[in-house]
Amino acid sequence: MIRDGFILASILFALGTAGVLVRRNIIFVLMSIEVMLNAAGLAFIAAGARWSQPDGQILFLFILAMAAAEVSVGLALVLRFYHQYKLLDADAASRMRG
Amino acid sequence: MQVVFYVSGAIAILATVLMLTRLNAVHSLLYLVVSLLAIAVVFYVLGAALAAALEVIIYAGAIMVLFIFVVMLLNLGETAANEERQLLNASMWVGPAILSAVLIAEFVYILSAESHGNFPAQVGPRQVAAALYAPYLIGVELASMLLLAGIVGAYHLGFRKVRKGAS
Repeated sequence: MIRDGFILASILFALGTAGVLVRRNIIFVLMSIEVMLNAAGLAFIAAGARWSQPDGQILFLFILAMAAAEVSVGLALVLRFYHQYKLLDADAASRMRG
Repeated sequence: MQVVFYVSGAIAILATVLMLTRLNAVHSLLYLVVSLLAIAVVFYVLGAALAAALEVIIYAGAIMVLFIFVVMLLNLGETAANEERQLLNASMWVGPAILSAVLIAEFVYILSAESHGNFPAQVGPRQVAAALYAPYLIGVELASMLLLAGIVGAYHLGFRKVRKGAS
């Protein structure tokens, strides 16, 4: 079951990567990043369950804190982006100005 | 317990695929919430009850509320009214509802048949807390600094937007 947990984590991570690469809406890109972070957390939990140690859950807590900070900053950036370009296409910001 | 693991894993993959292929952001968020709940069940079966609870409370609760808040904030006016009309449409919520019903069935099954089945030993909150505040204390401090930086960054970005809109 623990091995299958790793397989599930890798499938979810691959799906998240595909989402980041395929979708162009920034909200969808952020959601795909969430899926990838979650898959990494699942891998940590499965590894912790393999040796019955609490370290996997602790690493998951750190991933959770990191995801919360990332989402708050990312969504603030999305709001800024929308007010600047009036759309949510990531390709609209492909050119830098500076 | 094996069955619960495989069913919730399948729900997680299915909900993630459906999330990636939806065009509407709110539909996709509903599927993402279902996917997170399914992964919480997987955590519980793997013996991480604390992580499962935090997954439901923080990921499926707090972070998804932030997402929904921003999505609702971004399309105002006529599109928001259409969105509201669609929310009452059955085709929108029936998919996530079916997947969630399967998860509820699993929940009832776990509660009723807790003793039998071989699943990995539970690592309880007591062990996690003991390890978190002794060898990983520096990590907790760093996480608090990261969250502070996240708050300041989000406030900064939001504040400049408001000032620009006012002028």
